[in-house]
Amino acid sequence: MGNPLLPLQLWLDDHPVLQNWLYNLVPVLVIVLLALALRQGLKQPIWAEAARRIRRRPAALWAIGIIGFYGLIAFSDSIGLYDAKKQERVSLLDAISRREKERYYSAPLATMTTGEAFPKPLKEKHILGTDGKGDDVLYQTLKGARTAFIIGGLTSLLTIPVGIILGLLSGFYSGTKYKWIDDLITYIYTVISSIPSILLQIAFVMVLGKGIFQICIALGMARWVGLCRQVRGETLRHREREYVRGARALGVSTWGILTRHILPNLLPTVIIFTTLGISGLILSEAILSYLGVGVGDGVGSWGNMINASRDELAREPILWWNLASASTAMLGIVLAFNLLGDALRDAIDPRLRS
Amino acid sequence: MLNYIVRRVLYAIPTLIGVLLVTWFLFFKTASPEVIARRNLSSRAPTQAQIQSWIKGHGYDKPPLDQLQNSTLDMMRFRFGKSDATKEDILERVKKGVVPSFTIGFNSFVATVFFAVIFAAIAAYFRGTYVDTMTTVICVIGMSLVYMIYIIGFQFLFCKILKLGPTWGFNPDENLIKYILIPTIIGVVAGLATEIRLYRTFLLEEINLDYVRTARAKGVAEPAVLLKHVLKNALIPIITNTVAVLPGLILGSLLLENFFGIPGLGSYLVEAISANDFTVVRAMVFLGTLLYIVGLILTDIAYALVDPRVRLS
Repeated sequence: MGNPLLPLQLWLDDHPVLQNWLYNLVPVLVIVLLALALRQGLKQPIWAEAARRIRRRPAALWAIGIIGFYGLIAFSDSIGLYDAKKQERVSLLDAISRREKERYYSAPLATMTTGEAFPKPLKEKHILGTDGKGDDVLYQTLKGARTAFIIGGLTSLLTIPVGIILGLLSGFYSGTKYKWIDDLITYIYTVISSIPSILLQIAFVMVLGKGIFQICIALGMARWVGLCRQVRGETLRHREREYVRGARALGVSTWGILTRHILPNLLPTVIIFTTLGISGLILSEAILSYLGVGVGDGVGSWGNMINASRDELAREPILWWNLASASTAMLGIVLAFNLLGDALRDAIDPRLRS
Repeated sequence: MLNYIVRRVLYAIPTLIGVLLVTWFLFFKTASPEVIARRNLSSRAPTQAQIQSWIKGHGYDKPPLDQLQNSTLDMMRFRFGKSDATKEDILERVKKGVVPSFTIGFNSFVATVFFAVIFAAIAAYFRGTYVDTMTTVICVIGMSLVYMIYIIGFQFLFCKILKLGPTWGFNPDENLIKYILIPTIIGVVAGLATEIRLYRTFLLEEINLDYVRTARAKGVAEPAVLLKHVLKNALIPIITNTVAVLPGLILGSLLLENFFGIPGLGSYLVEAISANDFTVVRAMVFLGTLLYIVGLILTDIAYALVDPRVRLS
């Protein structure tokens, strides 16, 4: 599969001003829409209650702060302008934190290169040192944030509609005269879930080729199954509730029952599943990158950094900064999403409330 | 019981057919043969003629139904063909890799479940105290680390600093333990965090039920309550959940064998990925799935053995 957006990209390359607009519009729109959704959501009593519960948990607040911090870095790497002289996009993050390329490894804050027979003086100061190609480690670590957010966000965007629609249909028609719909969907997700997800992802990226978009498709293919199963279970539960029966007795159409009555009640399940899943997605990206079916070279990713640092601990002197920076950065965001997911589950899920 | 086992095995057949359909679609229909051939031969700068002969040789030019039939029948009879990169017979290589992979996999599976139950029981016994909180905190941090960090870290600790075993290499004639001990330990540690946390929840769900209160009321000591009454009942969700350990074992096989240079099934797949060897990857995806399905069946049988209420309807 080639890049489906290639013609559009080629056309845009001829219109740099428009390209700059589009390039900056997308991340800004994402942020604005997220903020609007949050503001609208907090007006509803159940979400206001959840927000109150979360505010009481310091760990959750820390998690939100950390995610916000990473988000800011990712955002600053998403906006920027096209530099006509160098013929490349320069994001805000590039402008702030890019450093000159050195010859070889150098320790954090060092003035000379490390590991060479004759150490050379460095051109610039590097807070976290440089890696084997002489690239600044701090800059690369910061670059990884955007990749992590794209992997987590885009994959979730791909999985949520598929999981909800199939799960809803499957649960709603289970045991009725359109039972075959449920049987078919259940069969499909049984088959997909009996292929170990790592193998499915490897196979997908092998066939589609490396790249962020391909990774998202591969991760999403293995991931919608879990959401579909949970949504199906929830739908089965809600289908028999009085309010749905009441709606049916009042003559509300099937479409109306599904979208206006059952769907809003699935939202907690979907939100918890998505938040807890993002950490898994970020970890999977690193593993796939290690196995050689990742985002590819030239894309800043913590997985790529960890792989590059594989043999560095065995060397003399020990080159620890590349591995340490990438894994600390990754631990931070994954831990934050895990903590937030747990807090959300405790705050939203009515079954856990005492 | 026999009836149940037979029916459970029969239920797996349609799933297996579905898996074969999915693999066929994935490898033959998702990308054009041209693209796959080019990627497979990329290291040799292929000419148009080479690409065409690769497409012919791998059956990509046949009509879809023939492809489906051929690939399905070959897979079912374990005729995987030869590797594209090394021209080695795939089944032979798989047979060689089974022993180290299974030794690591089986041992870390047993040890993971065993230690996870012990730690979860400790956390549940001290529930609400700082022991419990510390366990949860460590588990959440442990879950947030990527598998490679465990391997790199512990390899550095065990092999470089403590010098307990070799960092790289494998000799089938020597004692297996020498090469397999450290990878197994790492596999267990990497999988432990998720499991402890889960088992702790299972134990805590049981701990407030009526029968536990009765046991306490008649004077059974707390450790005995936990071990004799609670653990026995919590075993049901624990056994159901052992399925969730299996994908971790497959991942462990891929990464551990690659890091330690053990010629198992996992490192075979990793080599195939870097050589763009589609034939091997397809065979390994099928084999991995087959093993996983067998694992699912075994868990279901174990589940039925422990819980007399379970019967397939």
